[in-house]
Amino acid sequence: MQTETGKSDVTSPAGRSFSGDTPLRVAIDGGTKTVAAAPVKARASRLGFHYGSLQALKGLDMEIRDKQVTALIGPSGCGKSTFLRCFNRMHDLTPLTRYEGSIRLYPDDIDLVSKDVDPIEVRMRIGMVFQKPNPFPKSIFENVAYGLRVRGLRSKALIEEEVEKALRDAAIWDEVKDRLQSSGLSLSGGQQQRLCIARALATNPEMLLFDEPTSALDPIATARIEELITALRERVTVLIVTHNMQQAARVSDYTAFMYLGELIEFDVTSKLFTNPGKKATEDYITGRYG
Amino acid sequence: MAVVAEDPSLYAIRAGVLRRKLLDKAFVILGLLVLVAALAVLLALFLDLVVQGAPRLNWDFITSYASRKPEKAGILAAWVGTSLVMVVTACVAMPIGVAAAIYLEEYAPKNWFTAIIEINVTNLAGVPSIIYGLLALGLFVYKFNLGQSIAAAGLTLALLILPIVIVATREAVRAVPRSIREAAYALGATRWEVTAHHVLPYSMGGVLTGMIIGLSRAIGETAPIITIGALSFIAFLPSPPITGEFPFLSFAWLKDAFTAMPIQMFNWVSRPDPGFRINAAAAGAILLGMTLLMNGVAIWLRYRFRKKINW
Amino acid sequence: MTANSNNPAPFRDSIRRRRLRDRGIEALLLAAGLVAVFATLAIVWILVAEALPFFDHVPLRDFLTDTMWTPLFAEPRYGIMPLVAGTLVTTFVALVVAIPAGTLIAIYLSEFATHRLREAVKPALEMLGAVPTVVYGYFALVMVTPFLQKLIPGLPGFNMLSAGLVIGIMIVPYVASVSEDAMRAVPNYMREGSYAMGATRFQTATRVVVPGALSGIAAAYILGISRAVGETMVVAVAAGLQPNLTWNPTESAATITAFIVQVSLGDLPHDSIGYQSIFAAGLVLLVITLVFNIAGFALTRRFREAY
Repeated sequence: MQTETGKSDVTSPAGRSFSGDTPLRVAIDGGTKTVAAAPVKARASRLGFHYGSLQALKGLDMEIRDKQVTALIGPSGCGKSTFLRCFNRMHDLTPLTRYEGSIRLYPDDIDLVSKDVDPIEVRMRIGMVFQKPNPFPKSIFENVAYGLRVRGLRSKALIEEEVEKALRDAAIWDEVKDRLQSSGLSLSGGQQQRLCIARALATNPEMLLFDEPTSALDPIATARIEELITALRERVTVLIVTHNMQQAARVSDYTAFMYLGELIEFDVTSKLFTNPGKKATEDYITGRYG
Repeated sequence: MAVVAEDPSLYAIRAGVLRRKLLDKAFVILGLLVLVAALAVLLALFLDLVVQGAPRLNWDFITSYASRKPEKAGILAAWVGTSLVMVVTACVAMPIGVAAAIYLEEYAPKNWFTAIIEINVTNLAGVPSIIYGLLALGLFVYKFNLGQSIAAAGLTLALLILPIVIVATREAVRAVPRSIREAAYALGATRWEVTAHHVLPYSMGGVLTGMIIGLSRAIGETAPIITIGALSFIAFLPSPPITGEFPFLSFAWLKDAFTAMPIQMFNWVSRPDPGFRINAAAAGAILLGMTLLMNGVAIWLRYRFRKKINW
Repeated sequence: MTANSNNPAPFRDSIRRRRLRDRGIEALLLAAGLVAVFATLAIVWILVAEALPFFDHVPLRDFLTDTMWTPLFAEPRYGIMPLVAGTLVTTFVALVVAIPAGTLIAIYLSEFATHRLREAVKPALEMLGAVPTVVYGYFALVMVTPFLQKLIPGLPGFNMLSAGLVIGIMIVPYVASVSEDAMRAVPNYMREGSYAMGATRFQTATRVVVPGALSGIAAAYILGISRAVGETMVVAVAAGLQPNLTWNPTESAATITAFIVQVSLGDLPHDSIGYQSIFAAGLVLLVITLVFNIAGFALTRRFREAY
């Protein structure tokens, strides 16, 4: 059920507008239904992943749509975080890990998990926000500026401009604009997480990965992060792992249900939650296991 | 309840509990006693040195050279020598120790080769200091032809405290949470950038603490310096490190003969003349004061950094 | 922003540069790590190389069995036994002090003391361990020996008893801290199990915690022995420098380390047999401490892996 999108129509250097209309054909038991959809930003094909002799992901095929929010759900240990961390090659930091298959990033059509692609380049293009807010014990300003500095940006004015823009985009500017020099650790948990989002946004990533970004936050802070993710759809492709199905339903356009390292079902969010195609998905979203 | 209270076995239990609790109390008292005794030794030692050395603890003592007459002798050459040796030790042990620790914590793959390095570090920590002296005598003094110089002593003590610096740095580096490293990697930093921009700055408190503790150990080390043949009777200072002419820095002192505080004290304490005992006590008071001060600073630093950083 | 998402070419060059720098730095860091390996190799090499000519002169048999060590005499004898005996006697006296005191302090700090007391006492113990050894030598000669002479009439001014006692005090902090680490590694559920049976603190400490931490405590003792064997200045100052084959701690005798100091204080020519003899003595010392260290570290590794 692969669509042929992505390979063709890659003309715009900005990459934000693909010419072709790229429908998503969604497999439902017994038939296919076509949904008008955004172009493909990334496509995992037969993606497998091994920790030593342990296979954590098996033959995953999935498409991530440009400027849409895609949620990964599933019981703990199902491999959703492992899958997410393939996109920015975080696994390369752990010895004895191995990728199989490919994740092609469009429009320039590179394979993110290929040995020939430098993980550092991948990480400079694809940002990540972690489970627990992890600001550097540096000033708020330096936290956001770090990605720019790593790129070798020297101009003070330019850095200041980009930092402010990122903080605004992360909806935290008003709270921190008067204390950019105080430590990132002096913020509350929810603010810290928005600071981490600003840090990731500052370098204009093409995709943003969220690994259960609200699991360490209270409900109010969670609501603000969810609002923010919804707003981010305007500028970046979002892939989010969440253990909270309500959250997936609230923020995402597409949802993938994973179980035991395999992709069980992938569909438009509203469809997956109201009319799941697989028994396992239904069991999970109705709370029968997981 | 009343019925139960009359059960004779309950009395037996209570009596037993009482007896056993008495044992608890006895042990607490014993433990405290031993602890207090150990700490009292430290206090008594320091006070005794100060009291015995009091007659010589004055400015003349610090600004005079050694002499055959105890009341004229001082520690000028000794403390200058010790200071210069410490400069060499710090300059060698700090970069090598920190670099080795970073290699082991951040870079080293888990294999037999890394295991060999680790075993060697642990092993070096247990080698008696006088063996380092023999190493220095054979290697630095004769094979490298450094002679009985400040450089030879500094290098020897640097090797001696290397394990201390490495272990302290590794601990400090390990305390930086993985999530901080991941955050930096996720922004596209290389391993060295993660280390230099984040891991090292955030663990600097622990690194410094280890360095100070290492130097406080080196400052009191006597045996290895005796072994390389430091003199105990020196009536001149090494050539000055700062000169009046360009380039204003001179390294001639590295090759100069020297004496050091612990050597001077050892020399005095081994003389039968009671006048020199007083000098020994005075030198000991200064030496011990310096060691305790350095340790105090290290402990305070460690405490402060531990309190400050809250990941 | 220059980092245009879909035009990665500008930073590919910089990534290459950064990677190159990384590789260079990694090589430097590895070189620093190798210093430790080279230091060990150098120690073994120097000791063996300098001691070999000594053994050309002195048959190993004589070295190990002769009961006299007088390498600087006109008619030199080269039996290491008197020095080994001196080392063993001072070490034994040190252990008589350090083992009970260190263990008691460790049990007290780990099982009885409040958190605040522990936080206050540990740095103080650390300082006790940081006192320069030459100061401890002064302590032994000038304070402990006169005190002992009052208790034991006829005790010579230089004696192994006083030196041994002071070495014992010196290694108390070390024994206490390694033992305490081992005891604190005993998981709490084991203590809770004991308390739930109605045991008191003392019973829990002696019947659950100490047996549970036994290999770690043994390691503390063994590493303590290694330190006592290698201790130099206290014996050089307070035990006398005359080799003397005796097992009586109230006599004066030289240890291996004291002999090395004594020779170093003189001005021996590089190629003399006296110069070579200190390397032979050093080699014996290295072998003894190495055996204890290896045993000690093997034991600590065991208690770390146990839980």
